[in-house]
Amino acid sequence: MLIENLLLLFLIVCAVLVSVTKRLLRAVIIFMAYSIVMSVIWIFLESPDLAITEAAVGTGITSILFFLTLKKVHQIKGTHDE
Amino acid sequence: MNKKSKWRHFVDWVNGEEAIETPKKVTLKKIDFEKWKTIFQKYLWNDRKKAIFYLIMCVFVSVVFISILLQTVNTLPYFGGSNNPASNEVVQRYIESGVEETGATNIMAGMILDYRAFDTFGESNVLFLAVICVVMLLKKDKYNTTEAEEREQKEDDMFEKEDTNIILKRIANLLTPLIFLFGIYVVLNGHISPGGGFSGGAIIGAGLVLYASVNGQQKMQKFFTYKIFVRINVGCLLTYCILKGYSFFTGANHLPNIIPKGIPGALLSGGLILPLNICVGMIVACTIYGFYALFTKGEI
Amino acid sequence: MTNLMTNHYEAAAVILFGIGFMNLLLSRNLIKKFIGLNIMDTAVYLFLAAKGFIAGRAAPIVTEGTTATVEQFINPVPSGLVLTGIVVSVSITAFSLALVQRLYKHYGSLDLDEIMQKAKKEGH
Repeated sequence: MLIENLLLLFLIVCAVLVSVTKRLLRAVIIFMAYSIVMSVIWIFLESPDLAITEAAVGTGITSILFFLTLKKVHQIKGTHDE
Repeated sequence: MNKKSKWRHFVDWVNGEEAIETPKKVTLKKIDFEKWKTIFQKYLWNDRKKAIFYLIMCVFVSVVFISILLQTVNTLPYFGGSNNPASNEVVQRYIESGVEETGATNIMAGMILDYRAFDTFGESNVLFLAVICVVMLLKKDKYNTTEAEEREQKEDDMFEKEDTNIILKRIANLLTPLIFLFGIYVVLNGHISPGGGFSGGAIIGAGLVLYASVNGQQKMQKFFTYKIFVRINVGCLLTYCILKGYSFFTGANHLPNIIPKGIPGALLSGGLILPLNICVGMIVACTIYGFYALFTKGEI
Repeated sequence: MTNLMTNHYEAAAVILFGIGFMNLLLSRNLIKKFIGLNIMDTAVYLFLAAKGFIAGRAAPIVTEGTTATVEQFINPVPSGLVLTGIVVSVSITAFSLALVQRLYKHYGSLDLDEIMQKAKKEGH
């Protein structure tokens, strides 16, 4: 019960931090943390199917797509300084 | 001009050779209006104030929205209660006769691939449409690439070749088959344990992405070309369509279904659920790798 | 407002939805807008799955040799809906990010206001 409330609080803090951060890379990494905590919450809600899917899709694929887009639009330092 | 008589003025005006000469008043009014407008825009409604107003309105709307929704949540039935209105006779039917009717011990797999298979078919089509749109938007050919982009691409390729991070490569090559194995396990056991086409396909897709990002896309293109990608996607969608169409046709006309259900709990059971899971898994894996390939290089 | 403590999952989902909505409205950057959209998605999924949860019951997987009764398992319908929703949300994200890349290629910016100004100048 306590740990569930803590995880929900963590989700809300992550969501606020995404809107507050200035740098996009940090925002995407915070969103990654949000997704993995969400997949733990699916376990608490007795839906293991959702947990597997969220861990693979939300944390892996969505973050990779965001990173690739950031690289394409030159927002990651150290790859292509213009 | 001043020597003209009033009658002459009138005649000229009728003939259209002379405009009405009351420009002073009009311009005065116009200037006045513009002046007030500029003053208004400068001091009362400038861009900064507009931005502040927009911000305040956004926060206000969101807070009102959240409070209304919280008020609604307050009156909802209790969380975790067993007699919620959501658990009605549909759920009872799915759980109590699901194993017998679909042959799958994972009731969720039986639900999304048997009772609600049409829904899942539409969703596979959504994935296919999304990858088609991304192909249309991002696929590179000689018409939509500039020199700067080609130079950047070459630099990336050089970086990829020079990068000899041997630990990363070895560990990734060691992990990739294990990830594939786990993904295939999740797909094949979708009807008897948690998992299924979507989760297993996403895991296999993530394995493909790992392999391609470590070994370079040239190595990947040896066995996974654009042709194969399109064939797998379309073939799996068509297979899904035909298999489920057969099932719907026989079910709707009360015809005997020749596909055996098997013993619930065995690997080869569940009737059509196993092949449908394989189809969905292949579509999801291909789609995810397609997204990755198009986002990095613009070609599969 | 005492029920909010018992309905804590739903309350958290609603707050997350509102935060995502605020992010969508307030941030000018397109990528942050799409992260906000994703947060809204997951908030809706959390709400649905929380409505299907029943305390003290297991995930809907029948063990061999037993007959299934309603009293054993949670409600599987919302989980099925969410499972399809997660995969749709990733395809929507991919499509919108592809659009962002095209916009950046054309206008050289990720700021929505700047893009709108440039588009107005071009006369579209």
